[in-house]
Amino acid sequence: MFRDHRKNTDFHHFNQNERIMTDQEKKQVIIVHSAQYQTTYNKKYLNRKVWEEPNFNHIKSYIPGTIIDILVKEGQILDEGESILVLEAMKMHNDIQMPFKGKILKINVEKGQKIPKSFVMLEIEPVE
Amino acid sequence: MSLKRNILDLRKRKDQVRLGGGEEAIEKQAAMGKLTARERIHAIVDEGSFHEYDMFVEHVGTDFDMGNKVLAGDGVVIGTGTIYGSSVCLYAQDFTVAGGSLGLMHSRKITKIMDHALKMRVPLIGINDSGGARIQEGVNSLAGYGEIFFRNTLSSGVIPQISVILGPCAGGAVYSPALTDFVFVVENISKMFITGPAVIKSVLGEDISMEALGGARVHAEITGNAHFYALSEKECFEQIKKLITYIPWNNTHKAKAFPPKEPKFKTKIENIVPADARLPYDIRDIIKSISDGSEFFEIMELFAANIVIGFGRMNGETVGFVANQPLVLAGVLDCDSSDKAARFIRYCNAFNIPIITLEDMPGYLPGVDQEHAGVIRHGAKILYAYSEATVPKITVIIRKAYGGGYIAMNSRHLRADFVFAWPTAEIAVMGPEGAANIVFRKEILEAADPEAMRQQKIQEYKDKFANPYVAASKGYIDEVIEPHETRKILLHALQISAGKDVQGPSKKHGLPPF
Repeated sequence: MFRDHRKNTDFHHFNQNERIMTDQEKKQVIIVHSAQYQTTYNKKYLNRKVWEEPNFNHIKSYIPGTIIDILVKEGQILDEGESILVLEAMKMHNDIQMPFKGKILKINVEKGQKIPKSFVMLEIEPVE
Repeated sequence: MSLKRNILDLRKRKDQVRLGGGEEAIEKQAAMGKLTARERIHAIVDEGSFHEYDMFVEHVGTDFDMGNKVLAGDGVVIGTGTIYGSSVCLYAQDFTVAGGSLGLMHSRKITKIMDHALKMRVPLIGINDSGGARIQEGVNSLAGYGEIFFRNTLSSGVIPQISVILGPCAGGAVYSPALTDFVFVVENISKMFITGPAVIKSVLGEDISMEALGGARVHAEITGNAHFYALSEKECFEQIKKLITYIPWNNTHKAKAFPPKEPKFKTKIENIVPADARLPYDIRDIIKSISDGSEFFEIMELFAANIVIGFGRMNGETVGFVANQPLVLAGVLDCDSSDKAARFIRYCNAFNIPIITLEDMPGYLPGVDQEHAGVIRHGAKILYAYSEATVPKITVIIRKAYGGGYIAMNSRHLRADFVFAWPTAEIAVMGPEGAANIVFRKEILEAADPEAMRQQKIQEYKDKFANPYVAASKGYIDEVIEPHETRKILLHALQISAGKDVQGPSKKHGLPPF
């Protein structure tokens, strides 16, 4: 093991996004160019973000903030560029717009709600 | 007034200033497990060597009733002293005086001692313990920080700059330590962040303690902002004094030489490294079996532990070690380890410290997170730093030296002065497993027993390329050495490189991939 004689402080707060450990990780092996190396992981490696394929039908917050206003209703069909809600962050009112012509399927936020970064605010689907 | 009365009056005035924020505030400071600003300075410098200046400086704030307030020394102690007989300039923020907040005169005292340090070409040690900008002084506080940051940058690479975080250091104030060479933190005492828990709570509704957000351990292990982590102020001061023995006083000097000592590490160097390149060992054991007295002063021990950096001595003179650590993440290069090594290489180069590189790494860490975190531009820093360095640069390849990592780890091609390899070295474009899968893909696929064929081809590739002799045949390594000869050959190489003098093309400055 990596010799860490220092006191271990509690790092549970870094583990908010519980990750599924693969067998490979439990054994603490690093694979580079098909070769398996026995080693130990550090905390940062264990807590790295797992990449997910982006879902363009999810409208996520690109900055943490507060929902100031919601301008649409579920089921509504909007054109590309139409405003859907206002997200206040860093004292700025950000106008969130439709990325393409589409239908509002689900609204996951309420007026006044504080949300973190990458929160799925709305679910939409494209309409011809 | 007689002279005697004048003297008594002076003493009274000085005693008053030395009391800082008063008995009550000092007790509060002690209750937090913290020493006062002056106690801290005295704990670092040689006994009786400290001289304080600007004791009678007063703050200039007039708004919000500040005009009536007396702030002893405006919340900061500045002065000069010696450590092991050599001069240093110091400042220490005094949390007992208005929370060590930074106003115009407070910053003027700091910049005065910074100017002095640069002019006299002596190290600067800054002890940070401050609530932040003095809000009542408004933009004057910001001006003060700006003047400090500018001087940090001006002095960078000329004199060593050491920051000691012994209390809060929040908001803009964090950028002075970030611009300096070495940052020291202490468990439960140091707190550094740009926006504190209160702001995070109000914006995000997330509850986080100061310690969990920007405590000592976080900066030592996660962010890489801190270089040295201690469990008490006392341990921290010992670390500072130890560091001071390894570094030169300025960029035109060499670090002080000590009497040479033979290593005393017990395990034989041959017995540290497992023959199977896929098994780990602690690279620090190799360093300890090479360095004088087996001493190794590690920097950033917890951050990006897959690369090890630090100082040791060879024949009494300071050298910087950069070594891949197979024990952590197989010793791969990644964003953090590249950042860590590159900064250290540049430090050594700026301060005339030869660099010894010990190489055993399988390549760059694969993964979407690494690619998206910018491993290309971060990884490039290590190439840049080695290429740019003009101090003696010596590499010993112990086992794996594959692919881009081989080039990056101070290869001949980046103008290493000497490259040595153990007979266990494998210098190749990639490991045998990966290479066999690509080169013999067809044979493996079409074989009756693909796995047996794969193993056979891996062995074939291993026999042909997984050794130091292919690289040696091209002159990319200078000598294949027996492990027990490592120290001897390094001492010789350092001796030969002592007068090294190379000049690059003239330029204003290069453009490293920051």
